[in-house]
This record gives sequence, C-alpha cells and structure tokens, in this order.
Amino acid sequence: MTTDKSTLERHKYDVLVIGAGGAGLRAAVEARESGLRVAIICKSLFGKAHTVMAEGGAAASMGNANSNDNWQVHFRDTMRGGKFLNHFRMAELHAKESPDRIWELEMWGALFDRTKEGKISQRNFGGHEYPRLAHVGDRTGLELIRTMQQKIVALQQADKREHGEYESHIKVFAELTITEILKEDGKIAGAYGYWRESGSEVLFEAPAVIIATGGVGKTFKITSNSWEGTGDGHALALKAGANLVDMEFLQFHPTGMVWPPSVRGILVTESVRGEGGILTNSNGERFMFKYIPDVFKDKYADNEAEADRWYEDQDNNRRPPELLPRDEVARAINSEVKAGRGSEHGGVFLDVSKRLSAEIIKKRLPSMWHQFYELAGVDITKEPMEVGPTCHYVMGGVEVEPDTAAAVGVPGLYAAGEVAGGMHGSNRLGGNSLSDLLVFGRRAGMGAAAYVKQTTAVPVAEATVASAAARIEAPFARSGGENSYSLHAELQEVTHNLVGIIRTGDELKDAIAKIADIRKRSANVAVSGGRKFNPGFHLAFDLDNMLLVAESTAKSAIGREESRGGHTRDDFPGMDMGWRQHNHISSFDGIQVTVRKQALPFMPKELFSLFDVEELKKYMTPDEVAKGGSN
Amino acid sequence: MARKINLRIWRGDATDGGLQDVQVEANEGEVVLDVIHRVQATQMGDLAVRWNCKAGKCGSCSMEINGKPRLACMTQVAAYGDETITVTPLRAFPVIKDLVADVSFNYKKAMEIPAFEPPKELVPGEARMQQIDVERSQEFRKCIECFLCQDVCHVVRDHEENKKSFAGPRFFIRIAELDMHPLDTLKNRKRTAQEEHGLGMCNITKCCTEVCPEHIKITDNAIIPMKERVADIKYDPVRWLGSKIRKREGIV
Repeated sequence: MTTDKSTLERHKYDVLVIGAGGAGLRAAVEARESGLRVAIICKSLFGKAHTVMAEGGAAASMGNANSNDNWQVHFRDTMRGGKFLNHFRMAELHAKESPDRIWELEMWGALFDRTKEGKISQRNFGGHEYPRLAHVGDRTGLELIRTMQQKIVALQQADKREHGEYESHIKVFAELTITEILKEDGKIAGAYGYWRESGSEVLFEAPAVIIATGGVGKTFKITSNSWEGTGDGHALALKAGANLVDMEFLQFHPTGMVWPPSVRGILVTESVRGEGGILTNSNGERFMFKYIPDVFKDKYADNEAEADRWYEDQDNNRRPPELLPRDEVARAINSEVKAGRGSEHGGVFLDVSKRLSAEIIKKRLPSMWHQFYELAGVDITKEPMEVGPTCHYVMGGVEVEPDTAAAVGVPGLYAAGEVAGGMHGSNRLGGNSLSDLLVFGRRAGMGAAAYVKQTTAVPVAEATVASAAARIEAPFARSGGENSYSLHAELQEVTHNLVGIIRTGDELKDAIAKIADIRKRSANVAVSGGRKFNPGFHLAFDLDNMLLVAESTAKSAIGREESRGGHTRDDFPGMDMGWRQHNHISSFDGIQVTVRKQALPFMPKELFSLFDVEELKKYMTPDEVAKGGSN
Repeated sequence: MARKINLRIWRGDATDGGLQDVQVEANEGEVVLDVIHRVQATQMGDLAVRWNCKAGKCGSCSMEINGKPRLACMTQVAAYGDETITVTPLRAFPVIKDLVADVSFNYKKAMEIPAFEPPKELVPGEARMQQIDVERSQEFRKCIECFLCQDVCHVVRDHEENKKSFAGPRFFIRIAELDMHPLDTLKNRKRTAQEEHGLGMCNITKCCTEVCPEHIKITDNAIIPMKERVADIKYDPVRWLGSKIRKREGIV
C-alpha cells in the first residue's frame, strides 16, 4: 500500500505537540490558551503516557510541611543532586515556578493529599532538604495526567460553546506515530507519521513543533519504562538538526522489582524510603551508612540512631543515607550485590514493615502494596521487598534555550520534559521530573506560541512528503530480512551489559561497534502482515530511534573520562573538576552521531552566592570559586 | 521452570476472525501479557495487543481472559493451572484487530461530562481542604480508565442501542467525583447524571465494582448515593414545589 498524494490525510495547525504525557499536555494547554490551534499526538491512547507511572510526587518549595523551604533551597538541592552539571538557568526557573504550577493544577481539579491545616501535603524524598513533594498517595503521576487530560476536555468544551465543535481548536490524535519532523528553508514546517490502528499515513503542517516524547528506557533490558520509552523525540530531534546534550547520563533508579522475572525493573517508588523504608543486605546489615560520599557527609547521618531520630526531628538530626540522591543509592546496591551480599534473586532488601503499621502502609503506599501482593506474592506490610537498580530516566536530551524551551539551531522546534536536556545535570532528584514537565511544558507552549505569532508558515513540499512516505513503505517491500523483535532484544543486551550502571572504556568501545552492527542490520528489517495495527511494523520505527539514542549514549559515555551522577566509569572512578565545565553535544549527519565538548554555561553571581563556598570547592576549580559567578 | 501452555487467541478484524490455538512457553510468575508478548515475538509478529506500563497503572491491556474482563498485565498465568487460556478483545466495543478494541466511545462520553468549575474568586494556592473531605473524590480519581467496567456493564454489553444515552460506570464515578469535590461549584451534577447520562438505566448488579482493578466501590460509593439523592429530590413534594416556585437552578 503506497499512499496516494491525492488521498493523503492532511492537517494544518499552529502548533503540533508530539507526546501526550505531562509535558506535552501542559504545553498544549498553554498554546491553546494563547489563542492557537493545537494538535496533540499520542503514541498510545489518551491518558496512558508514561507520566501515569510516576508515583512519589512533584517537588515544589511551597513550604507547607516546613516553612523554611523556598526556591533557593530547592535550587541548591537540584544543583547538588545534578553534581553541578545542570544548566543553572533551567534549575532556577524550575525552582522558582514549581509552586505556581502545582497550585494551578489544583485550580484544574487536582486533589492532592492534605496537611492538617488543609494545605497540600509534602513528603520527603532523596536529596531534598525539606519535605517537598506534593503527592496523592503513590499515584501522583496519574493525578497529574488525568488533571491535564480533563483540562484539555474543559478547553474543548469551551471551544464547543464558542465554535460549535469540541475538536475545532485542540484535537488529540491518539495512537499515531510520528516518523519524521519536516523542515523547509531551514525551519519547521510540520511532521509526518502513520495511524497505528490503520497504518495509513498523515501529514501535519505546522510552523511549530513541540517534542515531549519522554525517555529512552526501552533501549535497556531492565527498565521501569513502558513500551513507549523508545527515544522517539531524541531521534526525531537529532534527525531534524537539533543537538542532544549529555546523553551519557542515565538514571538507574535504585529500587526496581527483581523477582519474579516477569516484573523485573518495575518501579518501587522512592516514597518507600521517604516514608522510612530501610535498605539491608543478606547479612541484615543496613549498608547505606558505608556509602555516604564526602560531598554529602555533613548532610547525612552516619549512624542508625541519628537516622531514625530524623523522622521525628529534622531540625536537629541529619537525614538517613537511604535518602541520598538516586545515583548514590543505585551504585551502593550494585556494589553490595557484586560483593556477594545480595538477596537470592540479585537484589537487596527494602523494608518498611518495621517502621509503619500495616494500615498506614496501605494508605500511603497503596499501589506498592497492591503491586507486590498481586505480582510477587509479597505482603510489604509484613515482609521486606527485594529490589535492585532499573533504568528509569535519561538526564540527557534535546539542547534547549532555558526560557523558551526552543531547540538550539532549529527555528520552530521546541522540547520539554524528559526529552529535553540540561535541567537535571548528571542526576535528577526524585520529584523533580513532575515539576520539570509542568514548568517547561508551559514554557514550551509559550515559546512556541510567541514564535508562531511572528513567523510565516511554510508549506511542506511534495518531494518532502514523498520521501517521508517512502521510508514508511520500505520495511513492507523487503522479504526475509531481519526480525525487529530479535534486533531489539540484541540491542537491549548490548546496552545492559556494556553501557549500564558501571562502564569501562573497553566495553563502551565494544558497545559502539555492536550498536553500529545492529543498526546496519536494522536497515534490512522486514515486516510480516499488513499495515493494520501491526506491532512488528511499529517496532521497526521505534528500533531505529532506539539505535540512534544508544549510539549517542555510548559515544558520549566513552568520551567522558570521569564518574559523575548517572555515569560511572570503573576506569575513571573519580569526579573531575575539569569535566564539570563541559557538556557533551551529540549531533547527527545522516550517517552517524558525532559527539563534541561544549563549555557549560556558568551561573551568575546571584546564584553562585546562594551556596556555601566550602561546598562549591568540592566541585569547582579554585579559579572558578575565586571568580564567584559569570557576571 | 518453563512449561508449555495452551493459549487460544482471537485473531481477526471487524470483517472476520476466530480463535487460534498456540503453544507457548510460560515461566514462573508470568502474567498473561508476558505470554502474549512471547507469541508476538516468536510466532505472530503482527499480533495486535495494547499495553503500556505492565504494572497495572495505565489500564491499556484490557481484554477478556476466559470470558472475564481483566488487565492482562495483572493476571497470573499460574492462576489457570493446566487450563487453556482464551484471550479475546473487549466485547462491548467494536474490534479493530486481534485483541485491540475501539474504545473511542469512552473518550466521546468524557467530553460530554461538564468540567470541574472552581469558585471564581479562588486564588491559586489559597485552597484549604481537609484530607477527609478530599478522600471521597480521591477514591474515584484512582480510576486508570481501563474501561473494564464499561465493558462488563450489561446495559451496553449486549445492547448497542443503549450506548447513545448511557455514559457508563466510568463516567458515573467521574460525575460523583466532581459532585463530591470540595471546590466544585457546578450545580445539578446528579440531576444531569440521571437525565442526560443514563444513571437511571443502571440496576445495581455491581458487575462494574467486581471487575475494577483499582477496587473502586463504583456501585456503593458513587452510583447508589447519587441515585438516592436524585430520588429524594425528584419525589420530595416540598422540594418539587420549591423548584417550581423559585425557578432556580441548583437545588440538586
């Protein structure tokens, strides 16, 4: 079935949002409220995006649980968590604007858990100095996505009242995959894709495209991500001429389920530790005390008594080390297992049953209780969970202008949420993702709207359409080629073994060669069956994206000869002050990914001065500290 | 500990289809979605199935397993012993292909439920609500929109003609959620549930509650309380007279 030019489905919008998770929906709301016509593309059904799986909460310094909290403290925590590789301006905007974004959700109908005074309750999380996460039990992501889904319906109802039709000004295209972002004269002109249901092709013409496609977890074997996390936006952006920043930084969440094999990788929320869960090894030792790095020694308790007191009195005790940033905890668990002190199935034990009553556990962690009881036969109110690291989040992503979320180098292209890079530096704090997608989703919507209002749309040339269509048809024309499922499994094996939580130069070299080989073979993927809802066909396109992402990650990782956040090199175990001054920029020339170093923007004096100089000395060179800021 | 199991899969589309038998390996602890994926990767590359999170949180992999509406990711293979496991698409909705049904009915109904309306004078950040007051609506907001309740509901399961005037259990809990929301100001939600969304057609067989993977007490906590209040208002002569005299919206 080749698509006939005359029957091709065509749409024109002001703004096209690719991705219907938190960032995409927030961007769409903003663009629509600024008066534009908006299309939302959703790879699955509306409301199913990976955001629904976010459990713990959204970090915002509202100060409801501890009035000492403010944006400056949140900013500091975020920079520390990212080991000072964050783009300072993104971290600043995020810390300043998160509270407003949470309160705004409440005006759209969200129902967060409450404090005794009736304010939004806030919970503790790793790396956050004060209880800061607005939450709804352990299903906060569901609340966010449903609230924004319902907000979009509310906008559609308003459009019906005004224009007579629900979908006249904002429409959700569910179960549609975008295969290419289209440019004419060097700027964005639209996007091309196919309906997953029918396999028929669609052309969108729009002067602005916002990428909000989330993460890349499916590149890895053990992941908390759903099937959608195939790095589509990362790859689409690369192919459209945008850059990716710091793709070596992947977050392995310390606590994924490990048993039975069927559930391996499924997320166990950090809230379990936030609510008092402790980590022990097979000797029954609470091992995290051994893994507090020097840079955090003054903030974390080095003995059990103090750690336990902290839950009651946070002003006079240091935090338990279970609440160190995720990269630290994941590495610690990995070390314990490697040293032979792991659980039967290669994890460690996480136990909340000794600190909280069964009733409170079921109330505060209902979906965890449910998940372990139904999928693993474990009652977490009585026994410990077995947990281990799982690929959870990519810190790297599209290089953007912080204030507008505009992709550097491609007029009309925007990126927000997990697909954007820079905000979290080398490691993201739990809770900062849900607030990130609200803050920068809105900013991307604003940025795109401002751009659309001052630009002229360029029509997509028929030759551009023809080449996009040819690419979709190609796998059907081959017979006896490679199987996309097998190639995907091979790729996951390579990334898991060679680009995982602990890396070495030799293994990365091997990985780069193997990924190149799989990529070569993937050009020969053949698809059986027809176009109608054919997962083998869908995977062929997802695979292409994952391969490009894996190449970018492996090539960035081999270059960075230090260990920092979500990038640990066994052959370069220390953090290097020189490397802190550099980002890795990936670009794509149509054949392969090239990675180069680029100077990291340095924070101005007003942000620099928020830190204790003694702390900065642990991360920065004496020259940088002496300079005291960029201005 | 792998063993072979017999799986019977409905394959086809709106024009034609039928059950196909396959043998597939199943490992300890696996759920039905795992074995469907194994069939897909090794025997039927184009087998259509929806799924996302594989952790019971997104409500995508809804299907019928041995005739019962279930999430494939939360259904243990071991629960069926040596029995053949038969998987078919949701029956109340048109089939697209194989195990994938067209659930767009639900998204259309969602558009017809009037949205949340906060008090006009409320300033963001100033809302104060007690936990006990938000919990009633929070129960309904746990809904993952798997639409199993919609699928099992006999008002529409075998009566296509009822779909036009019946929103279904998922949307009754949506209306109840808004009705019980401490900040919602829109009046008459229960009455429109009755008059426009078909609340009266429900005869409380509780099938929806039984299939809800989130264990939401759809019938007891949403449908019955709304039905009772609607009945009170409709058949209370004083209220009836009041509504006629004052011609005022918003008594319900």
